[in-house]
Amino acid sequence: MSATFLGMPATPPRSPYGTGNLRGDRKFPAAAHDELRNEQLRGNLGRATRTIRAKRLTVTGELPDWEELRDAGSAIKTDTMNRLPELLEELERNVTARGGTVHWARDGVEANEIVARLIKETGSEEVIKVKSMATQEIGLNEHLESLGITAHETDLAELIVQLAHDKPSHILVPAIHRNRDEIRQIFLKEIPGVDPSLDNVPAHLAAAARVYLREKFMTTEVAVSGANFGIAETGTLSVVESEGNGRMCLTLPDTLITVMGIEKVLPRYQDLEVFLQLLPRSSTGERMNPYTSMWTGVTPGDGPQTFHLVLLDNGRTAALADRIGREALNCIRCSACLNVCPVYERTGGHAYGSTYPGPIGAVLTPQLAGMDAARDDPNSSLPYASSLCGACFDACPVKIDIPSLLVELRHQHTERSGTTAEKLAMKAAAGVMSRPKVYTAAQKASGLGRVLAGRDGKFSHLPPPFSGWSESRDTPAPPEQTFRAWLASAEGAATMRAAADEHTRGGQPTRDQQQEEDK
Amino acid sequence: MRIGLFATCLGDTLFPEAVKSTAVLLARLGHDVVFPPGQTCCGQMHVNTGYQREPVPLVRNFAEQFGDASIDAVVMPSGSCAGSVRHQHEIIAERYGDAALRAGVATVKAKTYELSELLVDVLDVSDVGAYFPHRVTYHPTCHSLRMLRVGDKPLRLLRAVDSIDLAELPEADACCGFGGTFAVKNAETSTAMLQDKMRNVTATGAAVCTAGDSSCLMHIGGGLSRITSGTRTLHLAQILSSTRTSPHVLTEAAR
Repeated sequence: MSATFLGMPATPPRSPYGTGNLRGDRKFPAAAHDELRNEQLRGNLGRATRTIRAKRLTVTGELPDWEELRDAGSAIKTDTMNRLPELLEELERNVTARGGTVHWARDGVEANEIVARLIKETGSEEVIKVKSMATQEIGLNEHLESLGITAHETDLAELIVQLAHDKPSHILVPAIHRNRDEIRQIFLKEIPGVDPSLDNVPAHLAAAARVYLREKFMTTEVAVSGANFGIAETGTLSVVESEGNGRMCLTLPDTLITVMGIEKVLPRYQDLEVFLQLLPRSSTGERMNPYTSMWTGVTPGDGPQTFHLVLLDNGRTAALADRIGREALNCIRCSACLNVCPVYERTGGHAYGSTYPGPIGAVLTPQLAGMDAARDDPNSSLPYASSLCGACFDACPVKIDIPSLLVELRHQHTERSGTTAEKLAMKAAAGVMSRPKVYTAAQKASGLGRVLAGRDGKFSHLPPPFSGWSESRDTPAPPEQTFRAWLASAEGAATMRAAADEHTRGGQPTRDQQQEEDK
Repeated sequence: MRIGLFATCLGDTLFPEAVKSTAVLLARLGHDVVFPPGQTCCGQMHVNTGYQREPVPLVRNFAEQFGDASIDAVVMPSGSCAGSVRHQHEIIAERYGDAALRAGVATVKAKTYELSELLVDVLDVSDVGAYFPHRVTYHPTCHSLRMLRVGDKPLRLLRAVDSIDLAELPEADACCGFGGTFAVKNAETSTAMLQDKMRNVTATGAAVCTAGDSSCLMHIGGGLSRITSGTRTLHLAQILSSTRTSPHVLTEAAR
């Protein structure tokens, strides 16, 4: 037995600090402050999310068994998480048996090193990429660039983001924050040899990207992809997409390297039946995505002749070890929660500082990368970036209870963050509220606030930490009498007696009776 | 029926009219309204802000105050507080409580209702004999809508109100942006949400925006007051308790 088995088992590692794209440099409220002022962003997002919300409701509403599908999706994912180690080993066996090579990466640093080494072994200095959240998460493109390897994104929106030296702001629509005029400018500036008379018609913009990408497809010998699903039973990997550019990457090059988060495994081939219905309807509001690619190891003479699968942990085992947190790993990255989230709709994805924005990002990011209390981690602000309205829970195709998970993460944060002014205030409030007599006295004291209010009986300016609230909202002064004081008063007793008497006399006439009387 | 009334800390202290209306309405319908005097707060603010250890005494107090078997049902004029009792108390009791607390929480949870649920589901009444001759729009608060699933119960009650002019609220199920301490911690994002809600409310031309939660109404009403809108906010209970013999008289909204 190795030394690591002595004593307490080690806590599984989170994504290391200072690597990848799972941590912004500012807390959510500060980042949101700037994003909220971007009128273009708010306009684009409002329109885009409203459109996709409506589409999603139409196509989910037309399936009579949509709720059963959600239950099935949730059950399959929960089962998967409960026996993840054995399923991953089964996946490894089957990929290997069919001519692929499996690599295990504890974190993003290891995954980047593995992928870079594999590319170097081919002698290529260029790769084409299928849109992938996992490689965004670990910052693979940046790592490759530092080693002199150029990674070309081939998903149209991902290409726009890459050419603009920008970061994605949405899981599914990475360039949702850009409009067609901006895209035209980006193409004119960044695509070599582009027609200078290019206009902003979407079809023309797509055509310009197509010319550029076609040359890459034909000349690049290595591709890097992510995976939407990995089937343990057969060793099959799968990517679903809309444009077909991913399929070009998955079939044309000699070498294919797939980076897959370990939570993406599914037990059986048959399970795809459920997810290929849930995913497109939830994400793009389509009945089916246009391209579904599946590959199993290598096929001599057809497609890539070398296939590598890099299985990425990067904090996933840590999330899995948390009884409550593991539910977040059920996420299939459909982005339905982003599109219904009122917070995301106003702030956009960049405010979250992570590859995973929106409600699920606010849950997943702190789980994968931690929320280091000692470092005043920006990630610790993410669980609070929600009004807990619950729209995300309703939209989630695998029924992840995101609001409850957010509340749990808030709890974890306060438990680890030592003594703060807020914690003292919360303790004091609970102390007062658990002693009814002290509470009643405090209520009376709050009534004194009336003298501080303006002549209209309102507060229009409040001291910190409530000054942000009072920027745009008036607050009523406490009334002269609390409810309990009124109930105990002669007036309260008389009112309640009169109400009871009304019932004895036959009560208030209902509308029908009233109309009868009025005749 | 003997109904325990939970005023909620916000209702008791800041918005007593909503609680008075609830009490009067239930008494008028012939029920025995009891107010356990030791009641304080459900602890929702603590839990939602990330504190589960601190509100343990509040959860215990709630279970003790309303656990009495002579109380048939517990009602509160707040969807979010009912949601807290139904969904959060159990979590806290499981994590920090003893067997007695877990049992107490389970007992109270089973008989706790938000006002519209109690009226429609338990008391089986949609027409409470109310009279309210004004244009009204209804905002379904998130916790009523998605935590309690009250559905159209509040609207059924409102539709039965005599002389009411009910206007449909555009994008009704969008959050108003309150979210408890969210409105303080993320005040600017909350304001952006509030602005859209206010635009939709004023577009209805309603004199009154109503809802089942004083907290959300404090948020919407606070915003409407700041932009000196002609629309004011009233709790659902205040409309339902307004009758021909004792009508709720609308005062001039802030202009």
